[in-house]
Amino acid sequence: MFATPRDWEAERSAQVKEEPAQRAGDTEQNARPSSRSQDQNEWHIGGRILTSRFFLGTASYPSPQVLQDAIAASGAQVVTMGLRRQLAHGGQADDFFALVKATSTHLLPNTAGCHTAREAITLAHMARELFDTNWIKLEVVGDAHTLQPDPFELLIAATQLVKDGFEVFPYCMDDLVSCQRLLDAGCNILMPWGAPIGSGQGLVNPGALRTLRARLPGVPLIVDAGIGSPADAVQAMELGLDAVLLNSAVAYAVDPVRMARAFKLGIEAGRLAFEAGVMARQDMAVASTPVAGHPILL
Amino acid sequence: MSTIDNATDAALHTITVVVNGNPESTTARTLQAWVEARSVLPAALATAVNGNFVPRSLRAQQPLNEGDTILTFQPIEGG
Repeated sequence: MFATPRDWEAERSAQVKEEPAQRAGDTEQNARPSSRSQDQNEWHIGGRILTSRFFLGTASYPSPQVLQDAIAASGAQVVTMGLRRQLAHGGQADDFFALVKATSTHLLPNTAGCHTAREAITLAHMARELFDTNWIKLEVVGDAHTLQPDPFELLIAATQLVKDGFEVFPYCMDDLVSCQRLLDAGCNILMPWGAPIGSGQGLVNPGALRTLRARLPGVPLIVDAGIGSPADAVQAMELGLDAVLLNSAVAYAVDPVRMARAFKLGIEAGRLAFEAGVMARQDMAVASTPVAGHPILL
Repeated sequence: MSTIDNATDAALHTITVVVNGNPESTTARTLQAWVEARSVLPAALATAVNGNFVPRSLRAQQPLNEGDTILTFQPIEGG
């Protein structure tokens, strides 16, 4: 997306100039898209055009049928997959892969379980061959308890994989400077965490995400990990992030299929709210019925 | 050639490789031959030898030697 390092910086400056703040709520972080495509729901990511902003994981569903139904109910056009060191005989691995392929979604394989750049690079190459895509959700875990990314190994792996022709979706921390380094390395997309993977805590640091949105307005930002309820997804989308990636919040719901639809609606509502521009907060009441100041003396 | 000679030849051609952490004997001398001896679709498997990714197209040129480690990866569910 950006030809040279720091082009995203120029992009940011240009957007800020085009979209001057007009009122209290219309600040840099929620500058609305300056141009709208014919289909207002269309957006671009990794060389593809999508209409859904919901990326769904495929792990831990009660059954393959529930997974299939949940993908359909979510409207997701991108689903994540993994790779495991195994040699399963018979069709088990093939069956699962065939089931997901039948949904006609774009596949986003991950490098889950990697702790070093070297492991992640090797796994990414394997994923490209197996899933026939240059998209890779790059995960390099730095801590076993929080499963938060190792920013140093992540940067090493991202640098190499960009050179190797991958479209890298780095699962990263919400720290601005480490995100800038990933962009400098050639990443076009960032996937900051909301909270520890599988925790369902929601956005533990919305301020950091707001900062990312404000400082990197031209960069697709996908909240990845930690989302618990649709309210968390609404919040992420209202902040102006471009999409939400989640798995456990749907897979571990009592009814995953209905929850997939709940998230679909939440993500759409949050995006609409961002585009519409949320009103500015006021410290005191502001009467909505225009009788204030005109006492009714009965 | 005598029966004993045949047995000796066979013994010479058996090597031990470590597959996903487990030692196993094989007569295959290339990665491709090893994969083809499995009951899996070659395209449903990604492979590495001694920690290095070996693309499908290069398996035939990848020799297997005594003590080599083979890793095989397959698609699974993921978040």
